[in-house]
Amino acid sequence: MLRMLLRRLFLGAVTVAIVSVIIFSGVELLPGDACTAFLEREAKGKLLENCREAQGLNRPAVERYIDWAVNAIQGDLGVSANGQKSISELVGNRLQNSLLLAACSLALGVPLAIFFGVVTGLWRDRPIDLFLSTLSIFAMTIPEFVSATVLILLFSVWLGWLPGIVLTPAHAPASEFFPEILLPVLVLTMVMTAHILRMVRSSVIEVMAGDYVQMATLKGVPYWRIVFRHALPNALLPAINVVALTVAWLLGGVVVIEVVFNYPGLGRMMIDSISDRDLPVVQAIALIIATVYVGVNLSADMLTMIANPRLRTMHMRRK
Amino acid sequence: MSIASVPSQNTRFTRILLVFRDVVSRPSGAIGLTLVVAHLVLALISPLIVPYDYKTMNSALMLTGPDGTHWLGTDHVGRDVFTRVLLGGREALLVTGVATPIAVIWGGFVGIFFGLVGGRIDEVMMRVVDAFLSLPWILKMLVLIVTFGTGIEVLIPTLAFFYGIPVIRIARAATHDVVARDFVSAARARGHGRMTIIRRELLPNVLDTLMVEGAMRWSWMLLAFSSLSFLGFGVSPPTPDWGLMIADARGFMSFAPWGVLGPVIALSSLIIGINLTADALAKALGIDRAQKAPV
Repeated sequence: MLRMLLRRLFLGAVTVAIVSVIIFSGVELLPGDACTAFLEREAKGKLLENCREAQGLNRPAVERYIDWAVNAIQGDLGVSANGQKSISELVGNRLQNSLLLAACSLALGVPLAIFFGVVTGLWRDRPIDLFLSTLSIFAMTIPEFVSATVLILLFSVWLGWLPGIVLTPAHAPASEFFPEILLPVLVLTMVMTAHILRMVRSSVIEVMAGDYVQMATLKGVPYWRIVFRHALPNALLPAINVVALTVAWLLGGVVVIEVVFNYPGLGRMMIDSISDRDLPVVQAIALIIATVYVGVNLSADMLTMIANPRLRTMHMRRK
Repeated sequence: MSIASVPSQNTRFTRILLVFRDVVSRPSGAIGLTLVVAHLVLALISPLIVPYDYKTMNSALMLTGPDGTHWLGTDHVGRDVFTRVLLGGREALLVTGVATPIAVIWGGFVGIFFGLVGGRIDEVMMRVVDAFLSLPWILKMLVLIVTFGTGIEVLIPTLAFFYGIPVIRIARAATHDVVARDFVSAARARGHGRMTIIRRELLPNVLDTLMVEGAMRWSWMLLAFSSLSFLGFGVSPPTPDWGLMIADARGFMSFAPWGVLGPVIALSSLIIGINLTADALAKALGIDRAQKAPV
C-alpha cells in the first residue's frame, strides 16, 4: 500500500518536472527572449542589455533552468519582465480568487451532479432521464463563453437579477465578491455538473445491473436499501476521479470565463501577461496550473485507492 | 467487429453502410447528422446566397433591429448580421476540418506505435504526454499564436499538434487491448515487420475508436477555435466569425440582443450536431465513451 502510494507520488513529481522542462524549453525555443518580447522585437542596445542583465539572460540555458526550478520549489517564482515586482506576490491574490471561484462551483456542482446522476441512472430512459441527459449534453458541449453570454443576457440584461460583470479589485477580501461571483459560478457549475452527472449515471446503471444487486433483490432486500447500501458506495467510487478531472478542466475553462466576467483570477492574469508578452509571469502561471492539475489527480487516485478495498489489497494478492 | 485481416473492399463498404444506417436510425444520429450536413452545405454555398456584402459598413444603419430587409438586424458598424452569421462558420470549419484529420492521423499513429513497442520508451512517452495534458489547452495555444501570429497557417498546425496529443493516449489504450491477442503474435511469428503489423493487424481494430475520437476532437477543436476568436486571438476582422461576432456584439447586448443571438445559435447548433453524431456513432460502433473526460 505505502509502496504504491510512494510510487504514485514519485510519478506525479516526475510529471511536474517534465512539465517544467516543457515550459522552460518552450519559451526558450520561441524566437526572441523575455526581454525582446517585453521591449518589442526591435529593441537593441543599452535597454536590451540592461534588461538581459536584470533577468540574468546572459547565462547558459541549462544553468538558468536549474536556477529557476530550484527557486520555484522554494516558492520564489522570479520577477516579472518589467523587473519590478515579485511574481509570487502578484500571483498570490489571483490564485486565491480563482480558488474561490472553483471552490464555490465545486460546492454547488458536486452534490447536484451526484444527486441528478443517481436519479437519471435509476430512472434510465424515463422522461426525467431523457430531459436531464439532453440538458447535460447541451451544457457540456456549448462553449463556455457562449453559455456565459446567454446567461448574462438572461439574468443580467433582461431580468436584472444578478450583476453581469465583476468590478471588485483583485486584492479585495472574498466576501466582497458576492453577488458578482454568482453568475460565473453558475456557468462553471453548469458545465461541471453535466460532466460528473453523465459519469455517475453510467456508473449507477452498470452497478445496478450487477450480480450482487440481483442477488439482493432475489433475497428480498427492499429496493431503497439495495440502492443505498449495495449499489451507491460502488457507483460513486469512480466519481472521485471524474471530479478530479473536472477540477483540472476547470483550470482551463476558467480562463475564458474569467475574461468574460472580468473576474480578477489567475486565468485573466494569464491572458493579460500573454498579451503583454511577460514571459516570466506566463512561465510561473503555467507551472502553478500544471502542479495543481497533477496534485488534484494524484489525491484523487490516492483517495480512490484508500476507499476501494480491492485496489488496496491488489498488490498483496499479486505476490 | 472485423477481426485480424483487412476486410475485402466489398465487406468494408457494406460495413460502412450498416454503420451509417445504424447512426441515422437513432434520433441523436439523425438530428446530429442533419445539423452537421446543413452546416457544411451552408458553409460551401453561403458566399453565393448571402443578401449583402459582409464588410460594407453603413453608419446610417447602426444597430437597427430585425426587419424585412435585415432579417437579424445590423451590427455596431451597420453590417448585416444575417449575412455575417451565414458566413461566420466557414473559417472555423476550414481550419478544424483540416486540423482534425491531421491530429487523428499523427496522434493515432504515434499511439499505436508505442502501444505496440511498449517497454521503457512507451513509459517515458506517456509521462511526456501526461505532462502536455496537464497544461490547459488555452495556454499552450496562446503562447504559440502570440509568437507566430493568428493566421490559418499558424492555427492549423497548432491545433493539429496539441489536439493530437490526447489521441496518442486513446490510440495506445486501444492498441493495448489488441496487441496481446493471438493474431498479433501470429503475425510476429510469421516475421512481419512493425509497420506491416500496424497496418494489417492493429489499424483495422483501432480504427473504430479513432473515428469516434476524431469526431469528439473536432467538436473540441471548434470550441477552442471559437474561444480563441472570442478572446481576440483567432480570426482577424473584418472576416466574419461567430466567436468574434459574439465578442463584438456583447457590449451592445442590452439594446441589440439579435447581434449575439444569431451567432450563438449558429455555433451551438453546429457543436451540438457534431456531438450528437459522435454519440450515435459511438453507440453504433459499440464504443463506450461515457467515461471520457474533457482534455
